[in-house]
Amino acid sequence: MAKKVFGRPESLKETYFHYCPGCGHSIAHRLVAEVIDELGIRGTTIGVPPAGCAVLAYNYFDIDMLEAQHGRGPATATGIKRALPDRIVFSYQGDGDLAAIGMAESFHAANRGENITVIFINNAVYGMTGGQMAPTTMLDQRTTTSPAGRNKILDGYPVKVSEIFSQLQGTTYVERVTVNSPASVNKTKKALKKAFQCQIDGLGFSLVEILSPCPTNWKMTSVASCKWIDEVMSKEFPLGVFKDNIAAVKKPAEAAS
Amino acid sequence: MNKVLMSGNNIIAEAAIRAGCRFYAGYPITPQNELTEYMAEHMRNVEGGVFVQSESEIAAIHMIIGASATGARVMTSSSSPGISLKQEGISSMAACELPGVIVNIMRGGPGLGNIRPAQGDYFQATRGGGHGDYRTIVYGPATCQELADLTMNAFDLADLYRTPVMILADGMMGQMMEPVVFKKPKPRQYSEKFMLRGAGQGKSKFFRGLILDAIDMEEHNWKLERKYQVIIKKETLHEEYKTEDAELVIVAYGTAARIAKGAIKRLRENGMKVGLFRPITLWPFPELKLRALSKKVKNYLVFELSTGQMLDDVRLALQGYAAIDFHGRPGGVVPTPAELANVIARHYETID
Ligand SMILES: Cc1ncc(C[n+]2csc(CCOP(=O)(O)OP(=O)(O)O)c2C)c(N)n1
Ligand code: SF4
Repeated sequence: MAKKVFGRPESLKETYFHYCPGCGHSIAHRLVAEVIDELGIRGTTIGVPPAGCAVLAYNYFDIDMLEAQHGRGPATATGIKRALPDRIVFSYQGDGDLAAIGMAESFHAANRGENITVIFINNAVYGMTGGQMAPTTMLDQRTTTSPAGRNKILDGYPVKVSEIFSQLQGTTYVERVTVNSPASVNKTKKALKKAFQCQIDGLGFSLVEILSPCPTNWKMTSVASCKWIDEVMSKEFPLGVFKDNIAAVKKPAEAAS
Repeated sequence: MNKVLMSGNNIIAEAAIRAGCRFYAGYPITPQNELTEYMAEHMRNVEGGVFVQSESEIAAIHMIIGASATGARVMTSSSSPGISLKQEGISSMAACELPGVIVNIMRGGPGLGNIRPAQGDYFQATRGGGHGDYRTIVYGPATCQELADLTMNAFDLADLYRTPVMILADGMMGQMMEPVVFKKPKPRQYSEKFMLRGAGQGKSKFFRGLILDAIDMEEHNWKLERKYQVIIKKETLHEEYKTEDAELVIVAYGTAARIAKGAIKRLRENGMKVGLFRPITLWPFPELKLRALSKKVKNYLVFELSTGQMLDDVRLALQGYAAIDFHGRPGGVVPTPAELANVIARHYETID
């Protein structure tokens, strides 16, 4: 009998994504679903999709989901998690959602050390509303609301979420990854697994920032978008683990038990 | 049951906990801080009780949304400026049909205003407040006993209709002390099918307010509207005081109604036939009851601690069948019953 080597994750519904070709959301969704399957937490996980291109995530993930208003995901997730501490709760957010309108909710959920996981899709633009400037837009990057390029005098600087959140005492695991090559996709999956495992073990707030192509609003081909992440975006937003306190948090927890 | 002497803010909190509220999130604002502080102190001693001091009123409402979706009984409280910030979430709760209780201990406004008692948030509370085609059940308690009873009822109605319910009181009600008896709460009835607790081995589900297809969205709007019509039919509450022989009826709610009652007692002693019509549910407004009263009584004076907001509902209810006048003290001014009695007496003399 032939061995099945590839299939649809159980945590994804039988349907097509609405995402544009070459969009990082599709890859991120699949990876999250694979990780949920592999950790055996499909039945206990509750996801919180954002307002943003991923607003319809509940049509794709075959898990319980509660839609959040724009930026409020981490507050909504806090409510779920505090009410049901033994469930696995994640919030899925874009850069406008997390770093502009929802900065307060995200920052304070992280600072409280909520035992949740935030999946942060950084595509340097507001995808859903048509490619406007995001807090993460690069200096000089042209968008529909920065037609002459992002001007640091008028628009400020790209917000570095992983760097900032790793400084908060409440966070346990913070990593920035990307999905622009097979190797980086594998790395992202590992980061997601680590983040969810951190939550399963009750070790506190985890955030995975994914540099994610948006060919449509970057006005590039999919291949050029992947290249742009390597050549431009990851220079401003370096990849890597910004914080890994898992071992340190685990020790006192083990000593106490 | 024993009578206990407590302040309004503490009564609401205690009634909520007794009603089974197990999740509270709030942000400090005067004149409702005692409510938040009571929750901080007491939730930790209740099994499964969660208290979160949120980073803002916005975060608080979205936290209770999350907890409500899991099936917990939830509450948040604030005062006027903070309630403005909660509107996004209240609209969301109405859309997603999530139960929850929101307390507004009103203060003077607009803007930061002041921290004195006022009733300027009537429009915001009774017209929905947030965006979209929805309604919020609004209770306007006028005594500490009502604060206790209506808070408990609010949780039952929120569950029954899967909708947000607001307690609209003011700084006076929040701060004042009266003896109360806490009634026995009703056992909770809330189906698991309305809870998100992880799919387990079964089918996954999701709650959402986004409905992209216009026809589906229209149907959802009509579904909510049918529910609101049932609420109007079944849940409208009001009180009438000395209206049987009245020549003039004062229409007032909450603190204004208390003051009006005091004034009416004085006026009656002087032989003036004045009564009180007091809406207890502000939405649904007791429109038909007031209209029915207009068969007998032809003169009304609306009294509010605002420039005239409930006045609109009185006009809609009376539809020109009776004369309506208005007296308002906005901005945190609270007249005494004697002062109001003078105003009413002057008005009484002008009616024929
Ligand atoms: C309160 C509010 N303001 C604005 C919007 C409109 N809106 C929807 S998604 C979005 C931005 C999405 O951008 P981002 O978070 O970066 O996610 P992406 O679409 O790029 O994945 C905005 C502004 C909204 N839904 N709610
Ligand atoms: S607009 Fe950008 S982020 Fe949105 S689906 Fe298309 S490629 Fe993805």
